[in-house]
Amino acid sequence: MAKLFAVTIVLIAIASAIPIVMHTWPLPQDISIHGHLIDEQFADTMAEAGISFLASQLLLAFFIWKFSSPKPGDKIKSFPGGSMGLVVAAFLLVGTEVLALGVFGAKAWGSVYLTAPAADAVQIQAQAGQFAFYFRYPGPDGKFGPIHADQINEANANFFGIDTTHDQDSKDDIVTAEMAIPVNREIHLLMHSKDVGHSFYVPELRVQQDFVPGLDVSLHFTATKVGKYEIVCTQLCGLGHYNMKAYLEVKSQEDYDAWIKQQAALQ
Amino acid sequence: MATTVHEAPKIDFDRLPSQGSGNGGWRDLGPAGGDLRRVKPSSPPPASTGIWVGLAAITMTFAAFTSALIVRQGAAPDWQHFTLPSILYLNSLIIIASSITLEVSRRQIAAFMGSAKTEGTAPARWLYVTLSLGLLFVAGQTFAWLQLRSQGFGLATNVSYSFFYVLTVAHAVHLLGGLGGLVRVIGKLNHSVLRRSTLNATSLYWHFMGVLWLYLLLLLWMKL
Amino acid sequence: MHDMSAHAAQHGAPTSFIRKHVFSLDHKVIGKQYYALALIAAVVGMFLSWLMRIHLGWGNFAIPGLHLLSSTGAPGNVMTPEYYLQLMTMHGTIMVFFVLTTAPFAAFGNFFLPIQTGAEDMPFPHFNMMSFWVTFVAFVVMVAAFFVPDGPSLGGWTQYAPLSAVGAVGGPGQGLGVVLWAASIGIFCIGQLLGSLNFITTTLDMRCKGMSLMRLPLSAWGWFITSMMGLTAFAVLMPACILLILDHVAGTSFFVASNLVINGQILPHSGGSTLLWQHLFWFFGHPEVYIAIVPGMGIVSHVLITNMRRPMLSHRVLIYSMGALAVLSYMVYGHHMFVSGMNPVSAIAFSFPTLVITIPSTIVVLIWLGSLYGSKLRINSASLFSLGFISMFISGGVSGFFLAQPSLDIMLHATYFVVGHFHLVMGVAAMFGIFAGTYFWFPKMTGRMMNETLGRVHFWLSFVGAYCIFMPFHYLGMAGNVRRYQAFTDDYLIPLIPVHKFITVAALVTGFVQLIFIYNLIYSRFKGPVAPSDNPWEGTSLEWSTATPPPHNNFGDKMPVVYHDPYQYSVEGASADYIMQTSPEKLTNPHEEK
Repeated sequence: MAKLFAVTIVLIAIASAIPIVMHTWPLPQDISIHGHLIDEQFADTMAEAGISFLASQLLLAFFIWKFSSPKPGDKIKSFPGGSMGLVVAAFLLVGTEVLALGVFGAKAWGSVYLTAPAADAVQIQAQAGQFAFYFRYPGPDGKFGPIHADQINEANANFFGIDTTHDQDSKDDIVTAEMAIPVNREIHLLMHSKDVGHSFYVPELRVQQDFVPGLDVSLHFTATKVGKYEIVCTQLCGLGHYNMKAYLEVKSQEDYDAWIKQQAALQ
Repeated sequence: MATTVHEAPKIDFDRLPSQGSGNGGWRDLGPAGGDLRRVKPSSPPPASTGIWVGLAAITMTFAAFTSALIVRQGAAPDWQHFTLPSILYLNSLIIIASSITLEVSRRQIAAFMGSAKTEGTAPARWLYVTLSLGLLFVAGQTFAWLQLRSQGFGLATNVSYSFFYVLTVAHAVHLLGGLGGLVRVIGKLNHSVLRRSTLNATSLYWHFMGVLWLYLLLLLWMKL
Repeated sequence: MHDMSAHAAQHGAPTSFIRKHVFSLDHKVIGKQYYALALIAAVVGMFLSWLMRIHLGWGNFAIPGLHLLSSTGAPGNVMTPEYYLQLMTMHGTIMVFFVLTTAPFAAFGNFFLPIQTGAEDMPFPHFNMMSFWVTFVAFVVMVAAFFVPDGPSLGGWTQYAPLSAVGAVGGPGQGLGVVLWAASIGIFCIGQLLGSLNFITTTLDMRCKGMSLMRLPLSAWGWFITSMMGLTAFAVLMPACILLILDHVAGTSFFVASNLVINGQILPHSGGSTLLWQHLFWFFGHPEVYIAIVPGMGIVSHVLITNMRRPMLSHRVLIYSMGALAVLSYMVYGHHMFVSGMNPVSAIAFSFPTLVITIPSTIVVLIWLGSLYGSKLRINSASLFSLGFISMFISGGVSGFFLAQPSLDIMLHATYFVVGHFHLVMGVAAMFGIFAGTYFWFPKMTGRMMNETLGRVHFWLSFVGAYCIFMPFHYLGMAGNVRRYQAFTDDYLIPLIPVHKFITVAALVTGFVQLIFIYNLIYSRFKGPVAPSDNPWEGTSLEWSTATPPPHNNFGDKMPVVYHDPYQYSVEGASADYIMQTSPEKLTNPHEEK
């Protein structure tokens, strides 16, 4: 029974590792300039976690196999080195390991969150509401008009509560339901929630950030590959949460300019 | 005329020496057949430990309220400052006075328990005074709530009022627990079954309510 | 706090049925009541998980009779999107609060902590009785949400504001459902505070003669450390619940910001802080994870030692590690909020203590493994579940490496990776701890033995089944599969649906296997063979020195005196394989840490 158990642990440990080693479900492709930092950090962490996982599971299995059928005269043996050896090992091996992970991980994190967006970054405002994203481009003046909550009206597609009759800055703003961005240019995303908490998650872009009602947060990133990707909501926002999504289109600069023109004409 | 009994002895000689808990959990370790290790000779009665544990929990609760207040005040510019009802300062004097009368009472009872007499005047008078002051405090708080309400400042008027009501009501609810404890102490005193640890725990709780109130008053005075 | 200690010694054995079995002051009865409550809650929670898994695998499948549960939530027996979320919320809440907190901590702790410390009862038995009945009321209030018009809340067990605070406009169940949820959890907090008060005071003040703190068994240490966490964590969650209820019923603005627009209407709140709820919730929420797992660590250590016939390599180091976990658990809660809009610098500040938690966790695992080395391991249902616990704790623990890092959390936050992580480490592992405790202590609690064959069948299928369910969750998470979705309609999620189907089948099978356990439990309670002795596993701690089941005051007319450290197994030169704590035998070579 014990030996079978030991074998089972080994089999489960190996079976668990196979999809990782074989990349059966790989990370989504990376289309951002900072993503490689996250991916490298992920690979390092996976190596360390994987080794810890396999080593301890196999050790567990081995000890169960070895010590579960004692003969009557057997004496208890103590692990060489005793508990202090293990404590020291834990501090040295795991302690340095997690310290290294923490330091390198903080660097990767800092590259996304602790840098300021470039002054010439493309400014886009995103608004999340139950259960859709909308995006606003500032138009030629480069300025967003203010949001008037009392003027938000989905029936006449005024999703942002823009007052074009009174606010000069709002007159040329462009509101869209999908997000298009130029490739290889930094995007400065200003995030506003209309109602409850939502989140902006594009796995390929290696970004995830919550929309915080009452607190506008910003995010900046640069996409490096032209294509069409999905923006999904990861913060439970109500019954339509699963269906809250929008498309992110990464376009070449020319295509992007044409698209902006076309959208401006539609306003 | 009520009488009171002496504090139950730490060691109840009617029981076997090997009987451990229930009489304050004494656990002095005399030499025995085994490798008994020396630990402290006796432990305090559970009430005197339990009260500190309970106060720790109450402290955490009000720490949570406090940090909520600070975070919420910083979250938005809608905070309305207002002048606290002046009766609160009178109430503070009342609760300080109640702590003093309780302390007087506690010492009287302790002295009575410590003396050799088995009969005598029950020093419960100051306990009644404390109880009355406690009730007066609750009445004063109620007056403050009613006064604010009559001025049109309700729980939802502004979040600063919300915090005022939440903190003062939460304190009053805890204080009512203390009043219940005082009533219990008086009852036990009158039936001569009061333990010193019960009296001490109840007074500690009551003093804590006073300190907590002064802290809350300071917090509200600074923030509101 | 009133002094009820007089009753600890004085309350005699009750005679009426009500005082004996319903409103009992006896910690053993209260422990069993908690166990029964946890069992009922676990069945409900598991049933909900079945419904959810069926819906995730085969969304259009009509589950026969589901409309009886909610005609609006499941018209034609097919779950609506909101009903899925409502069931999910209830599954999480019931499992975390009413199973993982009550069973390993309140149930076993109540029954065995006073016995293992050598006390006649808890010091405040009335508080203890209130603790259970308050928790029971909390459970009734929670389940009552199923039967109110809009059903239970759909906000998830974390009840993030402002969705939880805006009221009925937020969606079905966000009105009365949330109020019931918050009321139930607030009441639950009171129950656990009363329980923790008793646990701490019992450990500090009620120990019998000779029982120093370090002579307490590891299970008692687990409960003691947990009770200190419970005292501080639940004391914070309760005010949070009060503020949440006020936002609902009194129109206050603690959590709802200004100018929020739902259904074209501006909400009548202003300035509330979204992050305030998260801070208050996770200040409780992270210690709660350890409240669920630390009693399991204690129970499993206790069970393993008895079955390894040797003490742990170091009693003290295990205790200190569990204590370190408890202390660190308060410093790391921000790792739940890396992408919440919190200051990104504080993410780094929260990341390091989170990573540091791996050190005491590793020490605990290494001590377990190192103690297995050279032991004389006995295999039975209890020890199998303990070893399974270690395996699950390792598997669930290593994914913590990822989630402790804010940079990786960008990818993994709110995905199935997180779901896999916490299900393995605090769900399955804690459940295995409960099972280990049940198989181990059943003879002491009931005087009868559980069926060993059924126990092993239960173990094998649960062990393999749990891995089949929860390991794939990690792979899904790495592929970016978002949690709390009732269907997977995104282009990149559609290829993952077969994995969900596999998980659903595994979950259904593993769930059915738990019925074997319930059958074994109930059958053995009434028809199982009578325990051969008071000490069937040849244990050393105090629960094995007393009668089976223990008498009303735990030790009959002779209170115990403790002479030894708790685990004197295989002591050289001793008269027997194991020397009980109460044995006055002088040991020349005891297992002892100076």
